[in-house]
Amino acid sequence: MNWDVIFEAKNLELFWTGILTTLGLLFSSLGVGAVLALLFALLLTGPWAAARWIVGSYTYVIRGTPLLIQVYMIYYGLGQLEWIQARWDTVWPWTHFKEPFFCALLAFSLNTAGYTAEMLAGAIRETNAGEIEAAQAYGMSRFQVMLRIVLPSAMRRTLPAYSNEVVMMLQSTSLASAVPSLIDVTGAASRIYSDYYLPFEAYLAAAAIYLVATFCLIGVFRLAERHFLAHLAPRKA
Amino acid sequence: MNSYLLAILQGSVLTIGVSLLALLVSIVLGLIGAAAKLSGRPVLVALATLYTTVIRGIPDLVVMLLVFYGGTIGLNNLLEWLGTDITVDINPFLAGVMTLGFIYGAYMVETFRGAILSIPKGQAEAAWAFGMGRVQTFVRITAPQMVRYALPGFTNNWLVLIKSTALVSLIGLKEMTYLAKQASAATRSPFVFFMFTAALFLIYTTVSLYALRKLNARFSRGIKRGTL
Amino acid sequence: MKKLLLVLALGSLCTLTFAQGKDLKVAIDPTYEPFTFKTADGKPTGFDVDIASALCEQIKRKCVFVEQVWDSMIPGLMAKKYDVIISSMSITEDRLKQIDFTDKYYNTPSRVVMKKEVKYTGPASIKGKKVGVLKASTQEKYALGELKTAGVEVVSYEAQDQVYLDIKAGRLDGTVADYVEVTGGFLEKPEGKDFELKGEELYMPKYFGTGAGIGLRKGEAALKGELSAAIKALRGNGKYKTINDKYFAKYKLDVYGK
Repeated sequence: MNWDVIFEAKNLELFWTGILTTLGLLFSSLGVGAVLALLFALLLTGPWAAARWIVGSYTYVIRGTPLLIQVYMIYYGLGQLEWIQARWDTVWPWTHFKEPFFCALLAFSLNTAGYTAEMLAGAIRETNAGEIEAAQAYGMSRFQVMLRIVLPSAMRRTLPAYSNEVVMMLQSTSLASAVPSLIDVTGAASRIYSDYYLPFEAYLAAAAIYLVATFCLIGVFRLAERHFLAHLAPRKA
Repeated sequence: MNSYLLAILQGSVLTIGVSLLALLVSIVLGLIGAAAKLSGRPVLVALATLYTTVIRGIPDLVVMLLVFYGGTIGLNNLLEWLGTDITVDINPFLAGVMTLGFIYGAYMVETFRGAILSIPKGQAEAAWAFGMGRVQTFVRITAPQMVRYALPGFTNNWLVLIKSTALVSLIGLKEMTYLAKQASAATRSPFVFFMFTAALFLIYTTVSLYALRKLNARFSRGIKRGTL
Repeated sequence: MKKLLLVLALGSLCTLTFAQGKDLKVAIDPTYEPFTFKTADGKPTGFDVDIASALCEQIKRKCVFVEQVWDSMIPGLMAKKYDVIISSMSITEDRLKQIDFTDKYYNTPSRVVMKKEVKYTGPASIKGKKVGVLKASTQEKYALGELKTAGVEVVSYEAQDQVYLDIKAGRLDGTVADYVEVTGGFLEKPEGKDFELKGEELYMPKYFGTGAGIGLRKGEAALKGELSAAIKALRGNGKYKTINDKYFAKYKLDVYGK
């Protein structure tokens, strides 16, 4: 096996660019997705039937179709719409649709928002009825009950499932390489493969990078669980 | 336009084929892995843990590219080294099935392991007391009960597997996603084709959910559930 | 141990396909109209495909077409997924290091394509513009060597028709492509009406090589000889002209070139 090629400065730089893109995509889409997920979860468990129905169909479609198709739809499909094309040279939000990074970011954010919203909504629904009753007995308004009682405990309960979602999102960022001109870790490995015909070395290097990143993420979440879910930990003898 | 759509519909047959065969492979690997992890023997436990940890830490796409590009070259080099000059060609269908089966086998290991652990141990012990062998115990006692516990995780894994078949398009299998991409580039109208493909996937997942719900009902006959 | 491995490998063969025999497996990238493309019902067609069929007839073997993404054409050939590449692959020094080529079967120049309003006087005049090229093509090499160094943004795509899709979408300002391919595959279509060929014909051998040939693995001298002779035969017996005219009569062009 010819590992020297991987360690050439030019290729290490390519991998580095890839790592930066991957991490950038991961954290920005998680950030945007989390905000959207909170909003969607509140709508899913809220009093308005129309909102429940709309958001419900949204999560149904997002969870029922592959992420790859969602990425293609946003990058190629939206770019085809005349309405957007007419505006994307000049009008602000639409200028971003020209950039591949933005399209990938949007696709990933919408995807993670869909999954996380369902997780959070499930946790909200499972909040102990007694706690909510007690809060209402105190005279808290619906908004106050949500903010002070339900959400803190729901978010804690979602943590294990969310850690799974974050790790899956890291793996999903490899699909960014399907968008032309976006070089993430997988894209960098594919570039090296097609330049030097070394599939094993290139993809094993990429796999190693992802493994290290995964372990770091799992480690961080384990620490977070130890802190936030301390009340659920088994008793220390 | 219509013949492209027809082609995509034909591609959906490949999608269904890849997903079902991969499911089979993943169930087999999942059962073997779960047995290894539960056996208590350190070597087997270590191997199974290595398998599940590594696979879940690498993107599906990277594993697929490794198996497809690396696998063909590796296999051909092996054959050359053995002195034959037969050449083999791992086609994308096979690479897709093997890879997806391998990846989702790791997830199934965890699902099956959790399910088997949920069955009260007394049942297996009673079976042994009756003189049933290991295999008999598994087939008659453990497996039917395990199905009920495993179904939620199994459903989840199956749905994710269906969607991962779209990735096999990236190694050249002419299933729905590949044909949709080609058609959209050739006709310069991506929206139609990707919507169509998305709709087909949605139909597939909906039908699966319905079938698995029926399966769940069948295996939960007679189980009492607390009323909320 | 060796025997065991052999048995294992042979065992796995029952699900794998063999890659030898009377059939000639030909790799094509069907996103390159009018040289290699697919009709709506999925049949490969185009100049390359017709020439390949004619050559197969000449050497009395059956052509089996295998679709392949352009940037893994050569790796696929080396991995023995197919026997030859007949998909407008130019003969360049870099490629000759990895594989072998027969004599050329056509030679057309490449051109820069931009919007009609753009005044093109050389690479520096389109500084800051975005140009799309096919990954692992000779045009990509040229773009990275001459245009990128002059400040043009070069974006590489998996398939040439995806370049046109993004040009249509407005994400690219132009492309560098084969003159005949870009005319038949883009300029003559509705989305190409605002674009035109710019600059002069690009023939530089250091980037573009010496024409398109049939790619084969090194060490296949017999097949190489057969195919080169067959190309000569097609030129001689008029079949080449028939195929040429089928696609290019309207341009009054003989793609065999200089």
